[in-house]
Amino acid sequence: MTTIKAIEANLLTKRFGSFTAVDAITFDVQQGEIFGFLGANGAGKTTAIKMLIGLSRPTDGQAKVAGFDVYRQTEQIKNHIGYMSQRFSLYEDLTVKQNIRFYGGIYGLSRREIKTKTEEIVSNLELRDYSNKVVGALPLGWKQRLAFAVAGVHDPKIIFLDEPTGGVDPATRRQFWEMIYAAANQGVTIFVTTHYMDEAEYCDRISIMVDGKIEALDSPRNLKIQFEAKSMDDVFIKLARA
Amino acid sequence: MMLRTFIAFVKKETFHILRDPRTLFILFGMPIALVFIFGYTITNEFTGASISVVDQSKDKLSQALIDHLVASGHFELINVSDDIVSLENDFKAGVVKMGVVISPLFEQHFYRDKKATVQIIADATEPNYAATLTNYATRMINAFQNTKSEISSIPYQLDIESRMYYNPKLIGAYNFVPGVVALILMLICAMMTSLTIAKEKEMGTMDLLLVSPLHPLLIILGKVTPYVILSFINAIIVLGIGYFVFTVPIKGSLVLLLLLVLLYLMVALALGILISTKANSQQTAMMSSLFILLLPTMLLSGFIFPIASMPVILQYISKIIPAKYFIIIEKAIMLKGASLDSVINPVIVLGIMLVILLAAALKNFKVIYK
Repeated sequence: MTTIKAIEANLLTKRFGSFTAVDAITFDVQQGEIFGFLGANGAGKTTAIKMLIGLSRPTDGQAKVAGFDVYRQTEQIKNHIGYMSQRFSLYEDLTVKQNIRFYGGIYGLSRREIKTKTEEIVSNLELRDYSNKVVGALPLGWKQRLAFAVAGVHDPKIIFLDEPTGGVDPATRRQFWEMIYAAANQGVTIFVTTHYMDEAEYCDRISIMVDGKIEALDSPRNLKIQFEAKSMDDVFIKLARA
Repeated sequence: MMLRTFIAFVKKETFHILRDPRTLFILFGMPIALVFIFGYTITNEFTGASISVVDQSKDKLSQALIDHLVASGHFELINVSDDIVSLENDFKAGVVKMGVVISPLFEQHFYRDKKATVQIIADATEPNYAATLTNYATRMINAFQNTKSEISSIPYQLDIESRMYYNPKLIGAYNFVPGVVALILMLICAMMTSLTIAKEKEMGTMDLLLVSPLHPLLIILGKVTPYVILSFINAIIVLGIGYFVFTVPIKGSLVLLLLLVLLYLMVALALGILISTKANSQQTAMMSSLFILLLPTMLLSGFIFPIASMPVILQYISKIIPAKYFIIIEKAIMLKGASLDSVINPVIVLGIMLVILLAAALKNFKVIYK
């Protein structure tokens, strides 16, 4: 039985003039996997994500997302992915319900589907008392969880998360990760960038990017053995010094 | 699917507008305020302008001339003296804007020598007003001369009769209502569009829209549609105020006028989209809108200052101001009752502008997209 890989990248490259932001990265992500994409700020994580979700055209190399080519089939890719950016990307001046309805609407969900989805999200997140409040009034952790739920409103196969947990405390991050696990258990592939090393431990496999190149790729456990490190922090520091 | 996403978009944008009272105020308060401000301040009409007369003659004819000026109701006599110094003092004190000096032995010169002198002196610190006043006074003095000279006989005489076509009473509103419509549509449509798109970029929500399967064209269309509708309603409100409050006629076809309002709206929208593709923050979008749209539309469209009296270089620049053509169209249809045939040239120019701006806007929008 051959399964289609969720993401396949082969020597994927992005150059801006003479600067190479992403330098021939090769990796693949299995379906239902939580794949961590680590790297320091400016290592090229966001650029790599943008190529995969069709916001940026690669300079060189190949990649397929959900089985579709990133050069020619961006429209199909977009139908099968969800995306949550660093800035959570909700409309702060709209209510919780209006946000869900809008994102459901732009993915072409029917009125009935939107209604069930809204119910589902509001009750899962225990936002019932706040569903008619504007998003700007919610605490940051809630906004992030809502943004994640909204990114999955159209039941995508893959959800891309670009530093989803910036600026919140570890307890709130933990809650957020519970949502990620729940989604992954239902078969959704999660592609997440982060620079929190404690989060890296939650991933099935991680890749570590340094200066546009992938320098390490394995499960957290194997990486710790490979680098003779006690924690992911140590792995990262050893890599960065090398 | 297309229609559904489109409706979701329009709804969302409407929520944004309704949520923010400031936007609503700008959208509806500003146009109405502008019409009334322009309506009651920018005007070439005058009644009861204060004047002083220096009567160095003090005979029957000079008195008759003074009575003639005052009787019109346009001038209010503040001061009569026989000394020019007193007029200068009136000017300095700011109590009068114009003085009439009647030379000594006025009646005698007029009848016997057939040549008498009247001097009009105006305070030209406000040049437009001074020109209007002297113009009017000259016409009145000419009329006075004609009635008096029937008795004496000037052998040959050119009888100049001027008629002010399309606006016989020289009502200022005939000029400014079309101007305000052009200004407001440009501002609201273009500025609001550029602001709303820049806001999505600033908040990071634009990325989400671009990651969705929506075609970029649909994103733009969904975002601007509510503003097109609002601007169109605004145009109707302003034209309505013009018609009912300031009695500006709409002699031509209302349908044609509204269709061309739509054409102009599209041009404004395309400009707004173009600005927003360049501006990444709301502040930049706002500032560039003001500089690119507000000032040229006010100053170079012929709305406030006649294009014919501008320096040549500004006359050339005015040729690329969409409002200039729209004002020509509006005036032709509203005041002259023109049909499409008569305004086809400015309509074609606007059409070409629309195509160029739209092409540029879409090209730039794709650049962010890829």
